[in-house]
Amino acid sequence: MNKMLTGMLGWVDDRFPLTKMWEEHLSKYHAPKNFNFWYFFGSLALLVLVLQIVTGIFLTMHYKPDAKLAFASVEYIMRDVPWGSYIRYMHSTGASAFFVVVYLHMFRGLLYGSYKKPRELIWLFGMFIYMALMAEAFMGYLLPWGQMSYWGAQVIVNLFGAIPLIGEQLAIWIRGDFVVSDATLNRFFALHVIAVPLVLIGLVAAHILALHEVGSNNPDGVEIKKKKDANGIPLDSVPFHPYYTVKDIVGVSVFLFIFVVVMFYAPEMGGYFLEHANFVPADPLTTPEHIAPVWYFTPFYTVLRAVPNPFGGVVAMGAAVVILFFLPWIDQNPIKSIRYRSVLHKLNLFVFVAVFLYLGYLGTKSATPVLAEMAVRFSEMYFLFFAVLWFHNKPRSAGFSYTVFALFIGAITLYDLLFRQDTSGLMMYTWFLPVVYLAVTILGPIFSNLNAEKPVPERVTE
Amino acid sequence: MKKIVLGFIFLMALSGVAVAAGGSDYGEQFGKAHIDLGNKASLQRGAKYFVNYCLSCHSAAYSRYNRVGQDLGLSDELVEENFIFDDKKVGDLMTIALRNDMGKKWFGKMPPDLSVVSRSRGVDWLYNYLKTFYLDESRDLGVNNLRFENAYMPHVLWELQGWQKPVYKTVVEDGKEKQVIDHLELVEPGKLTPEEYDQVVRDLVGFMAYLGEPAQLERKRLGFWVLLFLTLLIVISYLLKKEYWKDVH
Repeated sequence: MNKMLTGMLGWVDDRFPLTKMWEEHLSKYHAPKNFNFWYFFGSLALLVLVLQIVTGIFLTMHYKPDAKLAFASVEYIMRDVPWGSYIRYMHSTGASAFFVVVYLHMFRGLLYGSYKKPRELIWLFGMFIYMALMAEAFMGYLLPWGQMSYWGAQVIVNLFGAIPLIGEQLAIWIRGDFVVSDATLNRFFALHVIAVPLVLIGLVAAHILALHEVGSNNPDGVEIKKKKDANGIPLDSVPFHPYYTVKDIVGVSVFLFIFVVVMFYAPEMGGYFLEHANFVPADPLTTPEHIAPVWYFTPFYTVLRAVPNPFGGVVAMGAAVVILFFLPWIDQNPIKSIRYRSVLHKLNLFVFVAVFLYLGYLGTKSATPVLAEMAVRFSEMYFLFFAVLWFHNKPRSAGFSYTVFALFIGAITLYDLLFRQDTSGLMMYTWFLPVVYLAVTILGPIFSNLNAEKPVPERVTE
Repeated sequence: MKKIVLGFIFLMALSGVAVAAGGSDYGEQFGKAHIDLGNKASLQRGAKYFVNYCLSCHSAAYSRYNRVGQDLGLSDELVEENFIFDDKKVGDLMTIALRNDMGKKWFGKMPPDLSVVSRSRGVDWLYNYLKTFYLDESRDLGVNNLRFENAYMPHVLWELQGWQKPVYKTVVEDGKEKQVIDHLELVEPGKLTPEEYDQVVRDLVGFMAYLGEPAQLERKRLGFWVLLFLTLLIVISYLLKKEYWKDVH
């Protein structure tokens, strides 16, 4: 039996690089042995992708991409299709889980400088995956054809209308109609089910191929390929299979546990995964009181709303995403891992996480004057994070620090004076938010040794 | 590293608090519905009220009679006898004869389908809505509602609850005196005592909560076994990982 199998494998190997691929990507892919918690999310993202594709296939068997039938067909899946409600909840919970996992995966990159040379291209492929994922989620959210599906799509497609000259025509071209309608639903279905998933799978393949070409980074940010044994195998590595396959199974089990808790006991997640208003069928004549995107878009939605001019808002929102593409060139500090970076860098990263979460929270709320004011300040701090990241690339002179500090404060103040009205009476007070942030992170090094970095070890620790 | 993870967990907890606080939009000033989906008798009573009082103007067009029967432990015969008043079959959808144009003519707006109303409005909203109809001469239908101002719906349950009248109080807002409704007072008792009526509304809202997602009864039961399996998987896969990794230093 065994002999026959080996014979068959040889037959295949003569015609297709099966064993070669298995070895390159699994059994002889030498990964650093010190991966920690943060390194689970890559394989988990792959798991969720498969989950979404498989559940998606079953959903398309019963879903009807027709404005008259769509809402009812989702309820048909929820009620009449055997196991339909489980498949639907797997898919809807999976969408949110995808973003949770991908955000954590990206944050890992920030923690350990995974995007730095020679891994810039892995990061870029990853960013394209993230963009495709946003398009996929946005178009998928239209399909249940509820009020929030409809008006969310209406708002987002109208954003394209804010582009000068071609905007109106572009928006009509995207919708296939003057408003979101049956034509829009039908094409979003096609894009959601075929076009974007194909792009996603291609990009994921490129992402992994690029990773396996240069090898994985690790929590110490040390290049393990610099120290090899007699056989040319990195000393601090283990073969991905079986070591990381068995480890990832633990990660997968824990992830699935949390996933199942949500899916079985809180599939709506209090209105954050499935919005309440989306249980009302789409009605082009009735605008809901409060249109909020699903949670994973809300940070960028806040940036959009923070700029009063519609086109300016679109540019700001676009910039908030696009700036992430440039991380490898913004952050050129030679130390990769946060473990050996300065206290101020850690603080900067911590503030960024808080800013991102708060922007997300603001995006779910109606814009009161106070919240709108906070939206502007936190959007400013979102962008300032990247400036500070760049500033911390190397030790800077006192003169340079003061100049940079003055320039940024000047820009913020000028923007306040020229383009903003103080509607909440808070503008003068919230001005201190970015100022204190910049003072600590940019002027801090002059007055303290909080920007002292630690020596990076030769080999990985732990 | 530990610190980062801890800090991260702290942030997650913070955002969780924010989410919890944000989710309270459905809080109601007249109390919570306190429904019990495990109580079959309550759901059965609720179903009876639903088909008797709601299902003539409102449809529940995504739901089937026999599915309701199965989930609530009622035989097809019982469902046919008690729930179906026209020539529909037990496997049919719970649609109504009221046409769109007629609905518009009578109520100004077609009464909405109620299949998933418990998911869009929330059970507490429904509970409060059904309890706070009051007499209002200025409205075409003679009634208004505290939870849903100027709703185009008659007080269908009036013979059970009776009629309520608003009691006003004076508040000062921006330096001006204003009359606002303080509470409602029962001026003409119905067939039921207020306590009995409260139970009727709870039964009805409980049934509508079930109707919003029939699979939820089964889902919550099944979830336990799935979690039990995953717990086992976590333990075994962890031991497997430990075994493989014991030689790696």
